[in-house]
Amino acid sequence: MSSISILEERQAQIHTKGTAPFNMSCDKKSLAGSVSQRACVFCGSRVVLYPIADALHLIHGPIGCASYTWDIRGSLSSGPELHRMSFSTDLQERDIIFGGEKKLYASLVSLIDKYSPKAAFVYATCIVGLIGDDIDSICRKVAKEKGIPVLPVHSEGFKGTKKDGYKAACDAMANLVGTGAIEGIRPTSINIMGEFNIAGEAWTIREYYERMGLDVVSVFTGDGRVENIKRSHGAALNVVQCSGSMMHLAQHMKAKYGIPFKRVSYFGIEDMSKALYDVAEFFQKDYPEVMEKTQTLVREEVKAIYPILKRYKERLKGKKAAIYVGGAFKAFSMIKALRSLGMDVVLAGSQTGTDEDYQVLREMCDDGTVIVDDANPLELSKYSIEKGVSLFVGGVKERPMAFKLGIGFCDHNHERKLSLAGYSGMLNFAKEVYASVTSPVWQFAPYGKR
Amino acid sequence: MLLRHTPKEIPERKALTVNPAKTCQPIGAMYASLGIHGCLPHSHGSQGCYAYHRSTLTRHYKEPVLAATSSFTEGASVFGGQANLLQAINNIFTIYDPEVIAVHTTCLSETIGDDIPQIFGKAESEGKIPEGKYVLHANTPSYVGSHVHGFANMTKAMVDYFATSNGHKEKCINLIPGWVEPSDMKEIKRIAAEMGVKSILFPDTENVLNGPQTGKFNMYPKGGVTIDQLKKTGSSRGTIALGRMTSGPAAKALDAKCKVPCEILDLPIGLKATDRFVDAMRKMAGVTVPDSLNLERGQMLDIITDMQAYFYHKKVALVGDPDQLEALTEFLVDIDMMPIHIVTGTKNKAFEKRIKELTADVPHEVNVKSGGDMFLFHQWIKNEPVDLMIGNTYVKYISKDEDIPFIRHGFPILDRIGHSYFPTVGYKGGMRLLEKILDALMDRQDRDATDITMELVM
Repeated sequence: MSSISILEERQAQIHTKGTAPFNMSCDKKSLAGSVSQRACVFCGSRVVLYPIADALHLIHGPIGCASYTWDIRGSLSSGPELHRMSFSTDLQERDIIFGGEKKLYASLVSLIDKYSPKAAFVYATCIVGLIGDDIDSICRKVAKEKGIPVLPVHSEGFKGTKKDGYKAACDAMANLVGTGAIEGIRPTSINIMGEFNIAGEAWTIREYYERMGLDVVSVFTGDGRVENIKRSHGAALNVVQCSGSMMHLAQHMKAKYGIPFKRVSYFGIEDMSKALYDVAEFFQKDYPEVMEKTQTLVREEVKAIYPILKRYKERLKGKKAAIYVGGAFKAFSMIKALRSLGMDVVLAGSQTGTDEDYQVLREMCDDGTVIVDDANPLELSKYSIEKGVSLFVGGVKERPMAFKLGIGFCDHNHERKLSLAGYSGMLNFAKEVYASVTSPVWQFAPYGKR
Repeated sequence: MLLRHTPKEIPERKALTVNPAKTCQPIGAMYASLGIHGCLPHSHGSQGCYAYHRSTLTRHYKEPVLAATSSFTEGASVFGGQANLLQAINNIFTIYDPEVIAVHTTCLSETIGDDIPQIFGKAESEGKIPEGKYVLHANTPSYVGSHVHGFANMTKAMVDYFATSNGHKEKCINLIPGWVEPSDMKEIKRIAAEMGVKSILFPDTENVLNGPQTGKFNMYPKGGVTIDQLKKTGSSRGTIALGRMTSGPAAKALDAKCKVPCEILDLPIGLKATDRFVDAMRKMAGVTVPDSLNLERGQMLDIITDMQAYFYHKKVALVGDPDQLEALTEFLVDIDMMPIHIVTGTKNKAFEKRIKELTADVPHEVNVKSGGDMFLFHQWIKNEPVDLMIGNTYVKYISKDEDIPFIRHGFPILDRIGHSYFPTVGYKGGMRLLEKILDALMDRQDRDATDITMELVM
């Protein structure tokens, strides 16, 4: 394994801190022929919009794009479950030749009649971009006829990376924002952005803000509702997590409605507390009681979990970890959280990090840490072994790779089953990491305990 | 109620699929490709396709699934994907060093009209395919057919590219297993070996997608049919193709190309279908059925006899792929159950006819639909409830909403293990299926029993 070569063109996307001047090449399409872990534009749009539970999500294309994304994300809803259904125009050969517009129109009309959704999102897939269906005009027509917002999502797979899909999703939602009534929204109101309620995480975060005396107008998009998105421009502040997916909308809302935003992370004690304090500080001048409540909240929460975390830390101290995530912003919090458990991150990477992200990542990492952009499993396994890691944090495609290598694993992506956000989430994370790293299964593995 | 949005009324739908019971061709091609030793599947299209296929296969098998992509951009979509594929072939052989690259197309590259053989020719002439290495391809447009066709097309491509006749008829017979699990492929090989039949099975995902934990990450696991074996299929005495839709085209191609006669049978799921498979092998190879197999058959028959009262006229709903459903339906009828709702997402005329024949004597109205979806399947169940459902993981929603027991069979299974290791084909596999059916029914009976009616002995 140690002798694997790296594609020459990929050298610029791999960096070992402390070895050479840092000039990460990122934010570009994967090379043809690479075994990348990335997905496409459609995937980006779909994961961002899918949690809006009372909207209709219609995928315009051949069946695959709908099948592979049918309820895979685990975003929970406290009410409607329409988002868990899979709707597709299921384009056939004759539609490719003659166009799919009629089929799209008929599908939209019958679905809206049947389900009375609050809005409809229509996702364009690769083929739609190619055959030139005018989905914009169909959406306008149906919106007019049915009296609900019908929003095209320009998510043709080949038109960029997953990040371009986030942007397409933000563009679609931007059409909803500002169309609802904002009477009755208190000045101490915020929007939670970039939180998708996987394993109920948005509920945890929402509760924190409410305990601080704030109102949440809309969550983008976990347990999301169309009506809330429409009136979200009534909030005083946008609090943006998972910067990759929602920054575009936050910037749009700042420009159009003058709503400032703050970038936060809810992962790990340090970043979680900073998020709440940053928000409290925003309201400090006019509502000083928010800060007091925040201090109490943080004190209580940290007090409740700290002694337990300390016990985990004693047992995890000095172990090495690798992280490979979708957006780089998540990696920052992960490094801090793993450090707080006494672990060292020796390999860090992301699918879609920007230049700026990688500069920050580099500053955070210790010398010798390998930093990768858009890595493949060979690279990930090579460095994991070379660096002697006991824990890999990644997504669906990294899990079996880590397990084959005899490395503990924690899913910090769609397949997380426990909430990892907030203080309780940090405790869950510590438990999960501890359980996997110290699992007795490793004693049976042929190479012994790593 | 997760599927509270599924109404009981069934209005006619023309332009819409809701909760699909199929997916697109390329994933089938990718699964088949993984059954070639040292093969890196390659998706000629944009980046998302193969990411989805890899994720779905990984979720189904809990194994690493590797593949490469042409990573189309807007440029490629306008000017064609030749440059991407040429670069990809070069990169893949240079860095990942597979024995063979299996290219499948996507809706994007098919619509653009990329000519894969022509691009292969160019790669060859430019020296991008190293000595002793191979490429093959299948056309798998996502807007035609389903994942089932993708598997069939890639299996046929193995014949088109590699099968050659050496002029003799060797003692060996070819076995084409159809879209079944690695465990099933192993069981089919075991049955052949038990009968003393020399065979080549292709594709063969055993030891590729059910590998052991070794502490190593192998890009190319031990299993898979070799190119050398694929070449030899052209000189075999005959071919037994299991699964009309998934294996039929490859078997016919082998007959046309190398004059290897073929028998196209059902998947050997259940007693009769396994009997037919064993008998076909016996005749083709000129062997006798060993006592060891007769014993397995007798044991399976013994279970059916012992437990007949529990099977009697229980209503079953099935959703899945045509080859599986045809074999399963016959099996259920034979054990006196009543398959009454049968849906496949894959369009196929012969399917509905075949199911109607198989269920002609079932004393109940039987609904069958090819080109249907899970939404219709659920609606049928709402209108006429059943005692048991068989299908992939997505059936669990219906199971929960309608409170009907359910056994997982087919693709994908995203939430249980077992299918990788324990077969459902052959007599042994039949016994496992019987056990699963009985467990589901009897667990339910125990759960529903009152304190008064609870039975110890069943």
